[in-house]
Amino acid sequence: MDATYAFLASFVPEIAGWPAWALMLVSAGLPALACFMFMSLGPLVYVYAERKISAFMQDRIGPNRVGPIGLLQTLADTIKLLFKEAIFPKKVDRKLFVIAPILVNVGAFMPFLVIPWGGRLQPADLNVGVFYVVAIASLSTVGLIMAGWASNNKYSLFGGMRSAAQIVSYEIPAMMILLVPVMIVGSLSLQDITMAQHGGLQNWFLFRYFPIMPVAFVVFFVAGLAEVNRAPFDIPEAESELVGGFHTEYSGFFFAMFFMAEYTEMFVLSATATVLFLGGYLAPIPALQTLGFIGLPHVSLGWLWLWFKAWFLVFVMMWLRWTLPRSRVDQLMHIAWKVLLPIALVLVVVVGGLVLWPATANGFFWDRWVGWPLTLGLVGFLLYVMVRALQWSRRRAQELAAPARQAVTP
Amino acid sequence: MATPETIVNDWDPDALDTDEMILQMGPQHPATHGALRVELRTDGEIVKAARPHIGYLHRCFEKHCENVDYPGVMPYADRMDYCASMGNTLGFALAVEKLHAIQVSPYVDTVRVIMAELQRIASHILGVGTYSMDIGAFTPFLHLVRDREKILDLFEWTCGARLLYNYNWVGGVSHDVPEGFVKATGALLREFDSVTFPELLDLIIHNRIFVRRLSHVGVCSPELAISHDLTGPNLRGSGIARDLRKDEPYCGYQNYDFEVCLGKGQYGPVGSCFDRNWVRVVEMRESSKILHQALDRLEKMEKADVHEKVPKRVKPPKGEVYFRSEAPRGQLGYYVVSDGNVNPYRVKVKSPCFTAMSVFHHLAKGMMIADIIALIGSFDIVLGEIDR
Repeated sequence: MDATYAFLASFVPEIAGWPAWALMLVSAGLPALACFMFMSLGPLVYVYAERKISAFMQDRIGPNRVGPIGLLQTLADTIKLLFKEAIFPKKVDRKLFVIAPILVNVGAFMPFLVIPWGGRLQPADLNVGVFYVVAIASLSTVGLIMAGWASNNKYSLFGGMRSAAQIVSYEIPAMMILLVPVMIVGSLSLQDITMAQHGGLQNWFLFRYFPIMPVAFVVFFVAGLAEVNRAPFDIPEAESELVGGFHTEYSGFFFAMFFMAEYTEMFVLSATATVLFLGGYLAPIPALQTLGFIGLPHVSLGWLWLWFKAWFLVFVMMWLRWTLPRSRVDQLMHIAWKVLLPIALVLVVVVGGLVLWPATANGFFWDRWVGWPLTLGLVGFLLYVMVRALQWSRRRAQELAAPARQAVTP
Repeated sequence: MATPETIVNDWDPDALDTDEMILQMGPQHPATHGALRVELRTDGEIVKAARPHIGYLHRCFEKHCENVDYPGVMPYADRMDYCASMGNTLGFALAVEKLHAIQVSPYVDTVRVIMAELQRIASHILGVGTYSMDIGAFTPFLHLVRDREKILDLFEWTCGARLLYNYNWVGGVSHDVPEGFVKATGALLREFDSVTFPELLDLIIHNRIFVRRLSHVGVCSPELAISHDLTGPNLRGSGIARDLRKDEPYCGYQNYDFEVCLGKGQYGPVGSCFDRNWVRVVEMRESSKILHQALDRLEKMEKADVHEKVPKRVKPPKGEVYFRSEAPRGQLGYYVVSDGNVNPYRVKVKSPCFTAMSVFHHLAKGMMIADIIALIGSFDIVLGEIDR
C-alpha cells in the first residue's frame, strides 16, 4: 500500500492533497484490482493449457476452432456459461446454494494477498503469511460442503462429505511440511522465506538437506493435490462415481465459478509450493534476476520467475491428472494418515534437529554439489521420458500403419 | 426418491436405520454403461445392499423376430449387443444354418472368424477403455479407441457400416473382403501388438493405483460364478477354463492355435474385478494371434462365393435348435423354433450380460460406492443385450 502510494505520488504529486479515505481507496484498491484481474483471468489460460496438454498426451488435437489454434476457446466457453440460465432445482436451499460458490472463490483468491511476486510486488507482507494461506485456503472446504448440502442431491452430499474428509485429512501433513521451511527461516512471512533462499539454485529449500527436502516437497505436493481435489485425488467430484459431486446441480455462471475456483486453487498451491521450496520469485542464477544482462538493471524479472515455476507445477498436476486413475476414498485416507503423516512428522523432527545444530543450520555440506543436480536431473529425466514415450509410440504406430494406408488407398 | 413399487420388505424407507439412505444410481448415470438403474442402500460410503433394475432398453427383440423372416432378424440381432454386432449375427446365422442343415465353405468360415475376432478386439477395447475411465483414467481409453477406429474402418471398408453391420447372413456373409484387406489388417495387428498393447499394460493395467483399486474388489469365487451362470471373460476371470471356441468349436476354431485366458490373481484373490478385466486384456492378444493365422489361411485360400446356395425365402424345416457361440461378452445362445414357415415361430436369446447381472447383488454387498462402479464395469455389460 505504501509502495503503491509512493509510486502514484511520483507520477501525480497532487495526490498528497487528497483526503485520507481517497488515498486509502486508491492506493489499496488499485493493486487489489490488478491482482484480482490477473488472477481471475488466469483460469482462461489454465483451462486452455489443460485441454491442449491432455490432447497432446492422448494423441488428439484439442481445441482448434475458436481463434488461432483454439486460443479463444475458453473465452467462448466462459461467455457461453455466463449467458446460460442458472437453474435452481426445486428444493435447493437457495441462500446456501448461492453463497457456496462465492465462498469457494474467496478461499481460492484470498491467498494471493500474501504471495510475493517481487521484493515490493506483494499486496501485503503479513508476518503470519504461511498461517494465513492455510487458514484462508481451507475456507473453500466450507463452500464445498455448503454446495453439497444445499443442492438437495445425494450425490452432491456425498461429494461435499468426501471433500470435507479429504481436506481435513490432508491438511495435517501439509501443515506439518509447511513448518519445515518456517523452521529453517524462523519466520512465517512469505517474503522472509523467499529471501532466505536467495543466492542461486543451490540455496532453494528444495535442494537443501539433500535427501530430506525433496521428500518434504513431494509430501507437500501430494497433500496439496488432495486439497485442491485434483486427480488422482479428485474423489469429491469423481465424475464416473458421483456424476459431478458437489457441483452436480450447478449450472451456468455458478458452475463456472466452481471451475474458476478449482483452477485458481491449483495456481495458489503451486505458487505457495514455489515460495516455500523453489525460491519464489528468485532466479536460479542471480544474474537473471533483473534485465541487468541487457543493461536494464531496474527491470525486475522476479514475477516472471514465480510465474514460470508455478506454471511448471501446474503442468505437473495436469500431467498427473491425465496419467493416473482415481484413488478410492479409504485408500485416500490410508495415504494421508498412514503414509504422509508419519513421514511429515519424522521430517519435522529431523529438520528441527538439524536446524538447531549450527553445523547444519543451513543445509548439509554436500548440498552445493549433490542436491540440485540430482533433483533437477530426475525431474528432467521424467519429463524427457514422458515426451519421448509419447512421440515414440506415435511414430511407431504411424510406421506400422503405413502399409495399411497404402492398401486402403490404391 | 424411492417409488413404492420398487420398495418391498427390507427396502422400505421407514424400515431403514437412521444412518442409511437409498441412493438411486442410474438410469442416467455416467458409469452404468447404459440405462441401468442400481438401487443402493448405503450407510455413508458403504453399500449395505444393492439391487439392479433392468429393462429400460427393452425393445421386444424376441417378439420382433416372430414377425420378420430369418434374414430380417439379422439387423435386429445386430442391435442387441451394439458394441459387438458381428458376434450376435454370427450366432444367429449359425443357429439357422444348423436348423436348415446348411454347410458353408471353409472360405466363409475363415472370413467369419476374422470378423468375429476383429470384433472381439474392438469390443474388448471398448470394455477395457471404458473400465479405465470408470476408475478415473481417461487417457488409456483414447489410446485404445485410436485402434478401435481402425478396426471399424476395416469393417466399413468391407460392408459399409461401422457399428451395425448386418454382415453375417444365413449361409454366408454379405460382402467378400475387399482387395488389400489382409495387408491392411496385418498392419493394424502389428501396430496393436507392438504399440497399443504394451502401452496399455504399462499405462493402466499394472498401474499401482489401478491394481489397488481392483485386486481385492468384487471377488467372485468359481462356485458362485458357476451357480450364477457367468460366462465368457467373467467366468474365465474366476479361473475356470471354459471357452466355447475350444470346447464346442464352430467356424473351424479347432484349427487355430490359441490359449484360453484365465484370471491369475496376480495381485489378489482369483476372480476379482482386476482378473475379469485382465482376461479381456489378454484375450485381445489371443484374438490377434488367431487373426494372424486366419489371415495367412485366407491369403492361401482360393476366393469362393460368400453366398451359399440358400433359397431366397429361407424356410427351415419344422423343428427347434439351440446354438451357442462365444460372443465377446460370453456365451450367446439362440433358441430358434421353426414351424416350417418363413418367420421363426419363436426366438429366445440367452445373453451373457443378463446372467452376469444376477450375481451383482451378491458381490455388491459391503462394498464402497466407488467399488460399485468398478463392479458394474468389470462385467462389461451392454444394456442393449440385457434388455434386448
